[in-house]
Amino acid sequence: MTIRVVKPGFFTTVQDLGRYGYAHLGISPAGAADPLSFRIANLLVGNDENAPALEMTLLGATLEFEESTIVALAGASCECKAGFAQVPVNTAFDLPAGAALKCGSMTTGARCYLSVQGGFDIPLVMGSASTFVAGHFGGFKGRRLQSGDVLQVRQHGSFRVRSLRPGALDVLRAPRPLRVTKGSQQDWFGPEAFEKLFSSAYIVSEQSDRTGLRLKGEAVRPREQSELLTDGIPLGAIQVPQDGQPIILFVDQQTTGGYPKIANVIAADVHRVGQLRPRDEVGLVEVSIAEAVQAIGEQESWLKEIFVS
Amino acid sequence: MKIIPASDSSLLVVFGNAISPALHERVIGLFHSFQARHDPRIRNLHPGYASLLIDFDPLRLTHDELISVVQQLTLASDSAVGRRANVVTIPVCYDIEFGPDLLDVSQHAGLSPEEVVRLHSSPTYLVYFLGFSPGFVYLGGLPEVLHMPRLATPRPSIAGGSVGIAGSQTGIYPVDSPGGWKLIGRTPLRMFDPEATPPTRLQPGDRMKFSPIDRATFEDIPRHAEARLT
Repeated sequence: MTIRVVKPGFFTTVQDLGRYGYAHLGISPAGAADPLSFRIANLLVGNDENAPALEMTLLGATLEFEESTIVALAGASCECKAGFAQVPVNTAFDLPAGAALKCGSMTTGARCYLSVQGGFDIPLVMGSASTFVAGHFGGFKGRRLQSGDVLQVRQHGSFRVRSLRPGALDVLRAPRPLRVTKGSQQDWFGPEAFEKLFSSAYIVSEQSDRTGLRLKGEAVRPREQSELLTDGIPLGAIQVPQDGQPIILFVDQQTTGGYPKIANVIAADVHRVGQLRPRDEVGLVEVSIAEAVQAIGEQESWLKEIFVS
Repeated sequence: MKIIPASDSSLLVVFGNAISPALHERVIGLFHSFQARHDPRIRNLHPGYASLLIDFDPLRLTHDELISVVQQLTLASDSAVGRRANVVTIPVCYDIEFGPDLLDVSQHAGLSPEEVVRLHSSPTYLVYFLGFSPGFVYLGGLPEVLHMPRLATPRPSIAGGSVGIAGSQTGIYPVDSPGGWKLIGRTPLRMFDPEATPPTRLQPGDRMKFSPIDRATFEDIPRHAEARLT
């Protein structure tokens, strides 16, 4: 079974939940920028939650399906049509053979995931199907999709389509600040720096992508300018370069860096970073490590409960 | 030693605040101890100059559990002295075509180009860590006379395998990329291959030597036969 890319949209890549175990060789995890929506898309069609799926950014793709296929869309709201008929989001649906699925602009959020029952058939590189665009490997030929690309779909196994409880995802839409813990170089910053960081409204710059989100707003500065010995960067680290404008380092980030890291987005809010759009306004709020660990545990339990059993 | 929770899913173990082989040996000791454990709860290890970042699954491991593992392992690895490091030789052709900045470097250092090549290829370098991009090595041991400022304007495209100098660093561009290092030569070997196991020719903690080769030898080492690293 094949799917042909008629139009690739703004930036569409194959992803899974990331490539781990190679950071010491300079290889970042890549993977879905909003892992929560990615998992929901897969679970809806009955896939393993790590099955390769498409990550579409800001403007969706137009795809032609050779055979009848069960698919699901999850993440940013996006007007999608099969022929003239509107297709539902966050629900598995059957696309007839020969149908063209046309995904439009995303109205809220930045990324929408398309899963197909069985998953895309993508060779694993270092154990993962994720595309790492800067490294030119993984996913479909190590790059974003282009018009004319033909993707294969795996069709083995038995799948149980699932559905979400009504209103289950409403909680994801409530606007609230990103929760962060203090970062690796927290000692470098005085109380005034943290006060600025936590009281300012930052604007997500246009120069933001999967490597990092540049924030524009109140400048944050360390107590003194000194050289940091290059060290490892955790996912979601917020680093402060010389100009004081914070950068959230993201899934395609460098594995090491030399700027001080003042804070770190908590694991339970990584999915929200993946849905930030250029020009969005975002605030940051501090939580303790214990609260952050509790939040990721609660998110896992929540994910198990949102499906109709 | 300082242990800092860098995030809800990671721990930063800081051994000191200097670039020194002695501190780095402790970083690599702990790094190797973790690698040998094959603990599925540990997702990634990021060695730095004097620190190790440990990224883990917060649903299966707590900071406190990991801190006690780190303490046990550092005690054990710090007492294990005299580990033998892997020494890797990288052939480099210092031809002017591959090293467009060689003359500039030799002028800046007040040496002949031959002397620059001799000095650059004489030390045994230490691979402190890999970062910046897949397979990019941070090497220690560049002779001081070869320390060079970066190019004022980075080049938009540099061929993979190019060997350069920037500040007190020397290194190899693993793949084609933009960059601001002063280029003095090129290796015909492929430094990064995502399909190979392991995907990089060098690992953190390795020792490395540059071995000068002439143009004919460069052309003779078949790049494609070398495509797989193993």
